[in-house]
Amino acid sequence: MKRKLMRGNDAIIAGALLAGCRSFFGYPITPASEIAHAAAKWLPDAGGTFIQAESEIASINMVYGASSTGQRTMTASSSPGMSLKQEGLSYCAGSELPCVVTDVVRGGPGLGNIAPEQSDYNQMVKGGGHGNYKVIVLAPNSVQEMCDLTMLAFELADKYRNPAAILTDGFVGQMIEPLTMPEKVSPPPEKPWAVRGDAKTKKNLISSILLDPDELEPHITHLKSKYDEVEKNEIRFEEYRTEGAKMIAVGYGIVSRVLYSAVDAARERGLPVGLLRLITLWPFPTKKIQELAERIDAFFVVELSTGQMVDDVRLAVEGKRPVHLYTRYGGAVPTTEELLKKIQEKF
Amino acid sequence: MAVEILQKPGGFCHIYERKPGLDKVSTHYCLGCGHGNLHKLIAEALDDMKLADRTILVSPVGCSVFAYYYFDVGNIQAPHGRAPAVATGIKRSRPGSIVMTYQGDGDLAAIGWNNVFQAANRGEHITVFFVNNVIYGMTGSQMAPTTLIGQKTMTTPRGRDPKNEGFPIKVCEVLSVLDAPAYIERVSLADTKSINQTRRAVRKAIKCQADGKGFSMVEVLSPCPTGWRQEPIQAKRWVGEVMTKHFPLGVFKDVISEREPYFFPDTGQGPSLDEVKRVLGWEDDADEAALPEVKPSKENQNPHVKIAGFGGQGILVMGLVLAEAGMRQGYHVSWLPSYGPEMRGGTAHCHVILSDVKVGSPLVSKPTVLIAQNRPSLERFEANVAPGGLILYDSSLIDVAPRRKDVRVLPVPAAKLADELGDTKVSNMVTLGALVEHTGAVSREAVLQALPVALPRKEFVELNNKAVEAGVNYALSHPQNGGRDEPL
Repeated sequence: MKRKLMRGNDAIIAGALLAGCRSFFGYPITPASEIAHAAAKWLPDAGGTFIQAESEIASINMVYGASSTGQRTMTASSSPGMSLKQEGLSYCAGSELPCVVTDVVRGGPGLGNIAPEQSDYNQMVKGGGHGNYKVIVLAPNSVQEMCDLTMLAFELADKYRNPAAILTDGFVGQMIEPLTMPEKVSPPPEKPWAVRGDAKTKKNLISSILLDPDELEPHITHLKSKYDEVEKNEIRFEEYRTEGAKMIAVGYGIVSRVLYSAVDAARERGLPVGLLRLITLWPFPTKKIQELAERIDAFFVVELSTGQMVDDVRLAVEGKRPVHLYTRYGGAVPTTEELLKKIQEKF
Repeated sequence: MAVEILQKPGGFCHIYERKPGLDKVSTHYCLGCGHGNLHKLIAEALDDMKLADRTILVSPVGCSVFAYYYFDVGNIQAPHGRAPAVATGIKRSRPGSIVMTYQGDGDLAAIGWNNVFQAANRGEHITVFFVNNVIYGMTGSQMAPTTLIGQKTMTTPRGRDPKNEGFPIKVCEVLSVLDAPAYIERVSLADTKSINQTRRAVRKAIKCQADGKGFSMVEVLSPCPTGWRQEPIQAKRWVGEVMTKHFPLGVFKDVISEREPYFFPDTGQGPSLDEVKRVLGWEDDADEAALPEVKPSKENQNPHVKIAGFGGQGILVMGLVLAEAGMRQGYHVSWLPSYGPEMRGGTAHCHVILSDVKVGSPLVSKPTVLIAQNRPSLERFEANVAPGGLILYDSSLIDVAPRRKDVRVLPVPAAKLADELGDTKVSNMVTLGALVEHTGAVSREAVLQALPVALPRKEFVELNNKAVEAGVNYALSHPQNGGRDEPL
């Protein structure tokens, strides 16, 4: 199988093209701009649309419009830009519009810096906008997954008529690795609900307003039942050397890459440590963590934030086992040696 | 005997099924409100022009949020102020549709100002119906950006004071200075004559879009008796007698006849796999010569490389060529830059890993190979090199030698050798040539295959090939001497 070197941010657009994405609406921001660059270069060549919008707010609303017509569409940004997109995401979820957004997380709060962080976990996983909704959140940890999970994000978004997000960080976005081109395209399904400006779809309505509580309550119940289905069907994770482990490290994205190396180093030293690498952040692998809690002594959560995902791990563990937390933030990424030392201390 | 026929225009639903409550034939608008008039003018136009089936209406937030109760067209309800952005997404996806936004003054001229301004400036092929009633109606009579000086609202209880609230925004006047819009007119609903003018303007604006002439907007001065606390007749009169003094009626821009029609192509379905490969430049499947196997000695296996130097020394490209060569040689590889401001002007470094097994952390914290192309890089990273590792440095630029005794050292006068080839810029490839020859981690052939792929500018491939050769030859004639070395 032919492999080509590709930058993580570029692989997002490669995946989008393979998924039949027809439009990208973006706004420049470091360290996500390469996604817009790639979209500007490749999408028009593939007969699609690229627009540099006037703002993040405009770009998510252009996505809202394009998605309303049934088109696969996306936008991408980094943390402060994602804050601005949250209103639009709430509207997309409320109007049941599938779309894909990519958040290449950088340091915050405020302007912060452009180095990698994972401090947008709460913003993306907990639904940063208003109302009762969820966003499907996928966390690639390689260039290959930037492509593959973007394709998956489009599929899941359409399957559940809901926004899906790629949550990644400056390292995975800027990293260059070999990409094996998936040997298939993933065309969108029929969307009979879309408003396409023709007689056939004239009676359709895209809207999130339901003034009457007797209408809004069933609508939210309907959304909730979709989210229950997502939680039942779409949890994805990777277990790395968990057999016989007494301690399980939990991480995602760039942290999981460092954790592979730290787990290897710990195993070389005879410490039975494994890694639970999250691929979906929502739906969250609560049951898996509960199963692991039955047979291991402790969890070791590593995050590039002051601790956000750890809340979900602790909720799953329900106090049955200690959940150790090691965090770096502000753009610092722990080294293999650093994590090994922490594992040794906690063991 | 005369028969009275009550028939709504074809652009309307005959029965308003979406409207809650028992009354499914009349609108929810207040007595004397201008929305009903304008809705009817639009619906009649769509019917007469046979465009209703192709039309998508973007409803705003405000009283007309429920425009989709009435119009028998495709309906999309947008967030407050965002209708022009939503319409942009719609129109670019469905260029054959007629996309209209229907926006109030708060929606368009306050929260959504930038969206309408930018959509107008892009010349989006959409039609904006802008209802200016100088007040926020639905939320309970607050000041709008168009509220008149001295006008009392719930949020200007003493009357709009320019010192505190500024002046009413004249939307047509502002937008008409842009180059892109094709047609901008202000009309009113003050009386029958005005309504007839509005009827004409509505049709012209829709036709402008249907003919592919670009952005069109009609601002409609419209009564809001409830918001103004006026009787309907009085409110209509107030539109004609007061509002039009501040917002003069007329055509502000009309370049429709000068415009060549343009229609965006339909973006259609997604590309085929072959099409994607062509776009990404993946279809060049020319067989490349098989590479000789490499058998590096133990200390040179699975190199974890840190490359550092000044911005402009080709540090990142050197790493890319090494990664590309490594991949061709069959390794798992990763390349990670120091990105952002660090890259611009100051020092640059990157991390490259070639590994027989899947790469874990792409961050090289303990390099087995440090390539230092300037002195600050050597001084900064020397201490991190793994014991037994290799330090390769540009001895023509760095006037100190590494101090470590437990590492291997290979001084290469890369800049000097590059100068001899005629361009200092290829010192990076001299260094790379020396590295591959010295470590045997990848073959020279792999590097030569990698160069045309990884180099941003293809015209320099030949020179870079020569530089690699120079580095290889240097390493051949200067085998590593272990431990500390004297700079040349």
